[in-house]
Formats: sequence, C-alpha cells, structure tokens
Amino acid sequence: MNTQGKTFKYPDNVDTDVIIPARYLNSSDANELAAHCMEDIDTEFVKKVSKGDIMVAGWNFGCGSSREHAPLVIKTCGTGCIIAKSFARIFYRNAINIGLPILECKEAAEEIEHGDEVYVDFDTGVITDVTTGKSYRAQPFPPFIQNIIRCGGLLASLKEEQK
Amino acid sequence: MAMTMTQKILAEHAGLEEVSAGQLINARLDIVLGNDITTPVAINEFKKAGVERVFDRDKVAIVLDHFVPNKDIKSATQSKVCREFACEHCISHFYDVGKMGIEHALLPEQGVVTAGDCIIGADSHTCTYGALGAFSTGVGSTDMAAGMATGMAWFKVPSAIRFELVGALPSNCSGKDVILSIIGEIGVDGALYKSMEFTGEGVSSLSMDDRFCICNMAVEAGAKNGIFPVDQKTVEYMQGRSERTPKIFEADADAEYEKTIRIDLSKIVPTVACPHLPENTRPASELHGIKIDQVVIGSCTNGRLEDMETAYNVLKVRTVAQGVRCIIIPATMQILRECVERGWYTAFIDAGAVVSTPTCGPCLGGYMGILAEGERCVATTNRNFVGRMGHTASEVYLASPHTAAARAVAGYITEFKED
Repeated sequence: MNTQGKTFKYPDNVDTDVIIPARYLNSSDANELAAHCMEDIDTEFVKKVSKGDIMVAGWNFGCGSSREHAPLVIKTCGTGCIIAKSFARIFYRNAINIGLPILECKEAAEEIEHGDEVYVDFDTGVITDVTTGKSYRAQPFPPFIQNIIRCGGLLASLKEEQK
Repeated sequence: MAMTMTQKILAEHAGLEEVSAGQLINARLDIVLGNDITTPVAINEFKKAGVERVFDRDKVAIVLDHFVPNKDIKSATQSKVCREFACEHCISHFYDVGKMGIEHALLPEQGVVTAGDCIIGADSHTCTYGALGAFSTGVGSTDMAAGMATGMAWFKVPSAIRFELVGALPSNCSGKDVILSIIGEIGVDGALYKSMEFTGEGVSSLSMDDRFCICNMAVEAGAKNGIFPVDQKTVEYMQGRSERTPKIFEADADAEYEKTIRIDLSKIVPTVACPHLPENTRPASELHGIKIDQVVIGSCTNGRLEDMETAYNVLKVRTVAQGVRCIIIPATMQILRECVERGWYTAFIDAGAVVSTPTCGPCLGGYMGILAEGERCVATTNRNFVGRMGHTASEVYLASPHTAAARAVAGYITEFKED
C-alpha cells in the first residue's frame, strides 16, 4: 500500500472543530460533510485537494471532539495519508478504525514544505519528499493495528475473527 | 507488579491478573454510550457489519442531547434514526426529550455508571465518570458500533501522571479553576494517551460536582481518562442511584507514575482560558477591560446543581449587564426541576438571564447561543477553539460558573469584587 500526492501543511493542535465544524453535524452523510473539510482554517483545501494528497501537521493533530466525522471527511476528500508529529488519541483510534492511514514522524512533519510532492510506502513506513529527494522513516503500526487496516477497518476485522 | 487505579480496572475487565503500560488488551465493557451526533454513524457501521442484536440491551446508553429539542429537519432525522434503533433493540437506557439531560451529567445522576466500571462513549467527554472511580474514555462511532456488537473494546494500557492534591479550595474557586490551572501548566497534549490520576488528602475537600468537572476536562489535556479514588463522598453519591453494585479499586502504593505533580488547592485562583486553546490560561484578575457580548453557564462541564447554585448566589441580588446575553442551561431535567423548586429559575429571569432546557447546543456551536463575527463569550464550557461557538472570528473565554456569572453582571472580563 502506498500513496503519492502534494502536501497541505498545518500547524500544531488542529482540532476536530476546524476539521469539520459542528454546525454541519446535523448530517452524517460523508460526501455532504466533506465539502466543509478544514473550511474554518483553510477555505482552499477542498478546492485544491486531489486523490492521494497528504496532510502534514504538527503536534496533537485531531484534538478535541470524538467525532469520527473528522477522519471520515479527510478520507472522503481523497486524502491518502496524514503525517504529523503526534495525534490526539481519539482521532488516532478513529482514523485506524475507518481505514485512514496516519503516520507519526516528527522530522518529516517539520521539514516537508507545503506543496511538496511526497510518496509514502505504508508497508515500510518510508516517507519520501520527491521535491527535495529526502527520505524519512516513520514508526510502522503494531501488528494488531496492521490487521485492522488490512481487513479494512475495525468491524471488518471483527467479522474476520468470527470466521 | 504494582498497578495504577486505571490499570487495575482494566486488568479486571480483561480477565488478567495484571497489566502494564503499553500492553494491548481486549476489555469487557459495562456501558457503551452514544449521542444524537455520534450514534447514527455507529448504527450505520453496526448494520453494515450485519450484526443483528446489541450484546446487552441494559449496557447500551443512547442520549439525545446535542441538538434537542431538534433544531432543524436534519437533526430531527438523526434523532429519529437513534429512536428507531433504540426501540428495535429495546435499549433500556434511551433518553429522549423530557427525560434526557446532557449525557455526562445524566448517566451518573441516574446511576447508569458506577465505581469500578469500564465504559466507552462516542463522545470525548466520556472521561467524566472517572470522578466515580470508573475507567471511562471517549471513542469514535466505529468503536461504539463494535462495543454494541461485542461488549468488548481494545485498549492500549495507559501510563499515568499522578496529581497529588493538598489543602482546600478558596471559596471563589471550584473544580473548573483546578482543571484549567492544570491544563495551563501541562498543555493541551500534556497528558496525551495517559491517565490523570488524582490523589492526596485534598481530594476529600472536593465535592462530587468538582470531581466530575475535573475529570470531564481531562481530555482537554489529551488524556485517555481522569480518575479519582472512591471515598465517603463517592459512596454517599452512589447510594440509592447505582443500578449495579459499585466496585472499589485502589492504586497500589508502589504503582509507577510518569511523574507526580503536586497541587496546593488553597493556592488556586479564579482562572480563565483565553482564545483559542484551553491551555491559554490567565488568572481572571489579570484580564481587564475586555467587553463581552454573551455568557453561557451550563454544559457537561458545568451544568450541575452546584454550578446553578453558584450562578444563583451571584445573580440573586444583581442584574445582567446591559448588552450581555446570559444563557443558563441546567444539564438535566432533574437539575432544571431543582432550579424551579428552589426559586433559582425565577431569580435567573429576574436578573435578566434566559434559561433553556438541557442541551449541549451553544458549547459546540450547534444552536441556542451562536456568536456572530467579532463577538465574545465567557462560557463554563470546555473548548475555545476557533469557531467553536459560532463565527470563526468570535472568541470564547472558558471559566468557572462563579467567574462567568460575575462577568455577566460586569459586562467585562474584569475582576469581580464581592459587595
């Protein structure tokens, strides 16, 4: 599994209220909600994002509310991966549970610039900044989590176990 | 091996003699919770997975609290999805309009959660129930769906930070000032993935409402859970409420903590978190001349009876300043009823405030007090992120009920002199 695309760079403590504002949460339709992804801090994101693109952020990405709509809208927009210095714990869980790959890598999150072309190999955890030619290595997922992602999400993995 | 209080509860629910930080476990759940925003997504996942029945109809709680009575057609549709699911699965803890309250005030009040429980909730403030001596944490909708299907959830056993409380709070401070001070000190990711375990002789001086408020905002420091030991006050609170027998766990004396932070409660001052992060704290006395447009007293953080009493004590002989909208939201129907019976409701109206039935409404920018561009609010809620309560160019200052009520009277964020 891999993804390649241009990057959108964000600061520390990006919270789920700016990823998908609660004023839209009277709906749980992912496509409808995805039109508002990031709009409170970046109105350009939904206009410019293409399939496979990558978000790069600082510490504590996804802090705040437990709304699973947050990783869901990021994934629905076509985002292939998020690289951050760290993730808030509920967001981390939710991203894995819905099958949105996320990687913690401080060096990559610091050095990769907005708009760089980046290639990520999820099997090895290697992140390559194609624009600068520099590579980084992220912590791979533990086997338990790899299994959830391989099955396509938490419920699919539970189904698999029951077979 | 020595364990923290959280680790002991998790070990028991995983059927293990012991667990250690970092270990992945599968734990049995006592309650699986969802609300009107997160449950529809969970129901969708539950159905997609082809599950026919919930694991135990008595161990699922669904509370309609974010957008009810419904604010528009879409939110009404979401509530309807929850209502039909609850009916189909005969969910015993389903709370609709008339019975509902803000989930994290309601479940302890109704005795649905109790000491020693292992609880997940598709709402980040599920960590509130740690005040009862339970392990309780927020998750997403997919975890809720899996929990409803299997009665189990996976966890990575957390390490812990110990907060050793000594002394007693000054009369103008409450649990909110304690937790805001802590978040100001350790930051919004200061306890990321960890337990915040509150211990020490100072615990006994804190009321249950203080403890609920402190645990409620553990997530604002990134924590997995916050937890208090069970003492006489906890036991008294649970008596006559708990549906199940409480089970008391205690941390081992030699349990390992990543660090210990000592908090002298007598040194706590009224504290305000300035926009746009809960860690941007300042003593309320240092903030001068900032004009405010709105005050909100309520939410899962501060909508409990003591919070209402505090607001009443400030507002009973004063009036809300010209140009300020003061919105008071008791967190449950029982609290609302108490406000009526004790004459506080009338006093709030006489002071120029407005009182709503229970709802999360304004806290998350849903309805019932949305801010326009450039407006400023002092709120007893839990988050002050960009756009949290309305326009992206509005501002939220987080404070205790005492500080908030005082600011409603003053019209400014300024020091409040008792007169």
